[in-house]
Amino acid sequence: MTFELFVFYLFAAIMVFAASRVISVRNPVHAAMYLVLTFFTCAAIWLLLEAEFLAITLVLVYVGAVMVLFLFVVMMLDINVEPLREGFVKYLPVGILVGLIMLVEMVFLITQRYFKAEQFPAPERASAEAMSNTESLGRLLYSDFLFQFEIAAIILLVAIVAAIALTMRRRPETKYQTPSEQISVKKSDRLRVVDMPAEKRN
Amino acid sequence: MDALILTVMTLLKIVAVLVPLILCVAYLTLAERKVIGSMQVRVGPNRVGFKGLGQPFADVFKLMFKEVIVPTNASRFLFLTAPILSLAPAVAAWAVIPFADGWAISDVNAGLLYVLAMTSIGVYGVIIAGWASNSKYAFLGAMRSAAQIVAYEIAMGFALIGVLMMAGSLNLGDIVRAQAGGFFNWYLFPLLPLAVVYFISGVAETNRAPFDVAEGESEIVAGFHVDYSGMAFALFFLAEYANMIMIAALTALLFLGGWMSPIDGVGDGIHWFLIKTASMLFLFLWLRATFPRYRYDQIMRLGWKVFIPVTIVWIAVVGFAIYFEIGPWFSVVRGA
Repeated sequence: MTFELFVFYLFAAIMVFAASRVISVRNPVHAAMYLVLTFFTCAAIWLLLEAEFLAITLVLVYVGAVMVLFLFVVMMLDINVEPLREGFVKYLPVGILVGLIMLVEMVFLITQRYFKAEQFPAPERASAEAMSNTESLGRLLYSDFLFQFEIAAIILLVAIVAAIALTMRRRPETKYQTPSEQISVKKSDRLRVVDMPAEKRN
Repeated sequence: MDALILTVMTLLKIVAVLVPLILCVAYLTLAERKVIGSMQVRVGPNRVGFKGLGQPFADVFKLMFKEVIVPTNASRFLFLTAPILSLAPAVAAWAVIPFADGWAISDVNAGLLYVLAMTSIGVYGVIIAGWASNSKYAFLGAMRSAAQIVAYEIAMGFALIGVLMMAGSLNLGDIVRAQAGGFFNWYLFPLLPLAVVYFISGVAETNRAPFDVAEGESEIVAGFHVDYSGMAFALFFLAEYANMIMIAALTALLFLGGWMSPIDGVGDGIHWFLIKTASMLFLFLWLRATFPRYRYDQIMRLGWKVFIPVTIVWIAVVGFAIYFEIGPWFSVVRGA
């Protein structure tokens, strides 16, 4: 066994363990932390595949931003685990069925004539000096796959607009601060000088 | 045998970066107290050693011999891992920083991306610490920190896109080399709005004043690390200061020409990098002594409504200028 293979199996084992803990652990915050560990080991495996851009982006986007928001929400909610577990036995047969179908599909796909691993020769190793991972990805995205890339961009834009439209509502009771108004305030807006003549004491 | 030599060499390089870094952190704490002291017309610490130079060591020894107390209802494992989670990324990010031409532990092609990833996961230490302490104050601190980091990370990433467009590379060494040719060629000038946004986001990302709502002692005692004591507390401190030095070093590399001398070709070298980093660090301390703390909603407004639009506009400007090769900065022929 080469060192590379050893590292792969080590990370793969950690990843499978962490992924199974995500669904088996009781505390939601612990589950989220296991998901972080899963992402991390996945990034490590991608690094082994020399896909450094994807690996670092996975850590940056999923671990650095998405999971932070996840934790934010999970920590704020007081999730009662008991009702969630009640349906476990009831839904187990359906779950097993779905899992089995997916497994059969996958096995079918990789043992089939057209999709066998032998059909796809391993890509040649490009030297790191010739072109960096980021550069070649960028080139492909903006030339060969421009159309797909733009479709993805439009879908994302629609999702952003939809998310904002769904959550935005005017709440009159919320107090807003408008800095431009605060800055442009004049003395005459806030201060009223009252002229009062002195009164004689009785 | 080659593998062994490589391992030993790498370990030696790591030690050569880590030991000065930790010393810098120790003396940065002293510098902070001295600088703020003099700004407020005080003396600052001057009892331990010559003019107070032994103060950092006194602090370290005190913290080392204090007991680490774990609160009764805390989640013990996460409570004790949180300081490590906050320190490890702060230290790991230093792996790709080029101190001078070719002086980096690892000269990675996607160096900038790596640094960004490492600085973004430092927030886990804070969140986990706040949650695991099982205390309201700590939890509020963690929540504030999470929201703040997510907001400022976007502005920070956008600010870096401008640098990437100018340099055409993610490699930190190449970015510095692209700024060769003296003071006038530093990215500080063509990317001035981005540089300002980057530095301020950096201050926010490291939870430093005036953005230190995560530990706002007037409202939530000490925020996420109220329940920490002894060495566990010291690790948070170490991570915060290592992150500060990191942001200062990155600003020096990305916008101030790293190890390049201000006058073209006159004595380039690590000393310039250190001088630039130190002046950026001074700015950190100066900010702390000058500004009152931002309110939480004002921080959010600044991040989302001011910084992100500014960076987006300036990225468009830079793209336009590069495409039409507008001089004096954008007409330089870049490596395709």
